Amino acid sequence: MGRELDAMKIIVCVKQVPDAKDVRLDPKTNTLAREGVQSIMNPYDQHAVEEAVRLKELLGGEVTVLSMGPPQAEEVLRQAISCGVDHAVLVSDRAFAGADTWATSYTLAKAVNVIGPFDLLLCGKQAIDGDTAQVGPGLAMRLQIPYVTCVQKVRQATDSGLILERMMDDGYDVLAVDFPALLTVVKDINEPRIPSLKGKMRAKKVEIRRLSAADIGADPACIGLPGSPTQVVKVFPPEARCKRAVFTGSLDEQIVQLVDSLQSYL
Amino acid sequence: MLIIDTELCIGCGACESNCPFGAITVVDSWAVVGDGCTLCGTCVEVCDPGALKIEGAGKDAPLDLASWSGVWVYGEFRRGTLAPVSLELLGIGRKLADTRNVPLAAVLIGSETGEVASQLIAHGADTVYRIDDPALAHFTDEAYGAILTSLIRQHKPEIVLAGATAIGRSFIPGVATTLGAGLTADCTQLAIRDEDGALLQTRPAFGGNIMATIVCPNSRPQMSTVRPKVMKALVFDGERQGEIVEVKPTPEQLATRVRVIESVVSEQDNVNIQEADILVAGGRGLDNAQGFTLMRELADSLGGAVAATRAAVDAGWISYPHQVGQTGKTVAPKLYIACGISGAVQHVAGMQSAETIVAINRDKNASIFDVADFGLVGDLFEIVPKLLTQIEARRKS
Ligand SMILES: Cc1cc2nc3c(=O)[nH]c(=O)nc-3n(C[C@H](O)[C@H](O)[C@H](O)COP(=O)(O)OP(=O)(O)OC[C@H]3O[C@@H](n4cnc5c(N)ncnc54)[C@H](O)[C@@H]3O)c2cc1C
Ligand SMILES: Nc1ncnc2c1ncn2[C@@H]1O[C@H](COP(=O)(O)O)[C@@H](O)[C@H]1O
Repeated sequence: MGRELDAMKIIVCVKQVPDAKDVRLDPKTNTLAREGVQSIMNPYDQHAVEEAVRLKELLGGEVTVLSMGPPQAEEVLRQAISCGVDHAVLVSDRAFAGADTWATSYTLAKAVNVIGPFDLLLCGKQAIDGDTAQVGPGLAMRLQIPYVTCVQKVRQATDSGLILERMMDDGYDVLAVDFPALLTVVKDINEPRIPSLKGKMRAKKVEIRRLSAADIGADPACIGLPGSPTQVVKVFPPEARCKRAVFTGSLDEQIVQLVDSLQSYL
Repeated sequence: MLIIDTELCIGCGACESNCPFGAITVVDSWAVVGDGCTLCGTCVEVCDPGALKIEGAGKDAPLDLASWSGVWVYGEFRRGTLAPVSLELLGIGRKLADTRNVPLAAVLIGSETGEVASQLIAHGADTVYRIDDPALAHFTDEAYGAILTSLIRQHKPEIVLAGATAIGRSFIPGVATTLGAGLTADCTQLAIRDEDGALLQTRPAFGGNIMATIVCPNSRPQMSTVRPKVMKALVFDGERQGEIVEVKPTPEQLATRVRVIESVVSEQDNVNIQEADILVAGGRGLDNAQGFTLMRELADSLGGAVAATRAAVDAGWISYPHQVGQTGKTVAPKLYIACGISGAVQHVAGMQSAETIVAINRDKNASIFDVADFGLVGDLFEIVPKLLTQIEARRKS
């Protein structure tokens, strides 16, 4: 399949997530402490944004960032703009609340169809709040395009396709894919840039396109909690660790006690 | 929708302080939901007066849930061997199947799979669907996904389990999307709910800070990827009887748009840190790449593998596949020895479910000691060699 578009079009999906360092379990009450939970762009998505901007610099064209989330998710879209992205789209609607990955990929696919034809869709490997890594593949299936997960390197990029390295458990695979395609990326792929001053200025002013559930023609039965096949029935703290031993004496004596304690693993 | 019953709400603020998303605030003595609400349900759990309720959950149940029956396990086969997690899945799969009183099947996709199908039977499978074809020598999401999807449609199992490996977490989400099935990633516990036989899927979220139990009330199959090393495989029983069903893939199923040019095995050392029972992890305290030689020595002596923090990976001392944490891998080995690691939340997120954690750090206030079972305060370059000597001595005696 060749290219049908005049200029390269890339869409990057980014998610706003709570910063891990703020989401902590209160050791006394065993509940989530949340003083001043900051929101950040999902770390993997920063690498996806960077890769999109690099490909644009190489091949020309334009990059659009897309997020589904509450109005404050605009922040991460502006951050992407400051790093060299051209356009930003926020799909936001109360009706999306409670979406699992199935409903999320449905919503994002509907939004992508509104944005228009594209060559490449980039996602992070996973979002650090849920760590599911399911939205990228799900989105590709809905758009009926091929996908490659855990891309660690773009070896070659032309305006018809890519040669990629995809991280595996025992090494990596080298793969070739033609556009249109979807990739999910890991941290090794690049080093995200620091926003430029010009980029920051643009980010302040840029208009972010807002799409509601109606705008993307979403079927109410497929979005948000009602559209989610998985349902959370219980949330609880993990089992506390209980071994906790304190060794005494000189360092040498402590090492002996440690080896004693580890006997079953030797 | 999260509904707040203002009659019942006493404005205690329990929901506000427990909301992982900061989406609830108590205004004028009762709770108000903001836009950040994801309907995760944490607040409902902690609300003593029972003033909070989540409504609108679930589509109307399709009528034919009962026509889906049996437990399936994806047998992950690559480069001539079965991923160890597949046997672990048969272990838990057997339990689930017995509780439901249904058969357990395995799906084996690959090329030159040899004796693996019998191995799956010896480890608990009643049936093995074997799709063995030269065109399947390399893993591709499309071909493997199309084959599994079509088998599921044909046989309608109620539960499908796969390893939360690079392969499982890549193609299973595609399969679930096509089937319209709920998929829970990276589960660490699976059980059957007594009332209705639903699969209770428990997994860590927020870097392991909370556990969530998930069900798929209205969709089938109920699908999960399961973390390596948490479930127990059954012992090999060569007497166990089972049936091997050969399935021929169609040309359409084998057609893929992603072409595999080459498949490279990392020679350096065991990079699949998720399958290791023992991990020796090094951080910035190692000072340089040379420091990892010491880690490898300790790992070799214990029969384990080497892991690292992001700081060590970013410094170029060791490759990314060894990174543990939020932007690396999540591991749950039996023993995790952290050397020269401060214990940043992003690192701890990836290793806190290890069975036993040992920390070696010269800073007694390092937060790694908060999660460690055993801690040694001191210079790792002094401690690790002594530890090695002790271990060797213990072995000999
Ligand atoms: C978005 C994001 C994602 C991240 N993802 C990850 C991730 O996936 N994994 C990860 O690991 N980190 C991650 N980080 C980084 C994380 O925040 C920490 O910076 C990192 O884990 C620190 O690594 P470290 O413990 O090796 O180094 P440091 O924090 O520098 O700690 C080194 C420790 O070594 C001790 N030490 C030094 N010399 C010796 C000696 N001779 N003997 C004994 N002890 C010694 C010191 O006392 C110190 O405690 C992430 C950060 C961000 C912002
Ligand atoms: N709400 C969302 N809006 C935009 N992109 C998303 C959203 N959720 C997930 N993604 C994308 O899908 C990737 C994987 O997310 P997940 O499957 O939730 O782990 C992320 O790195 C994003 O690129």
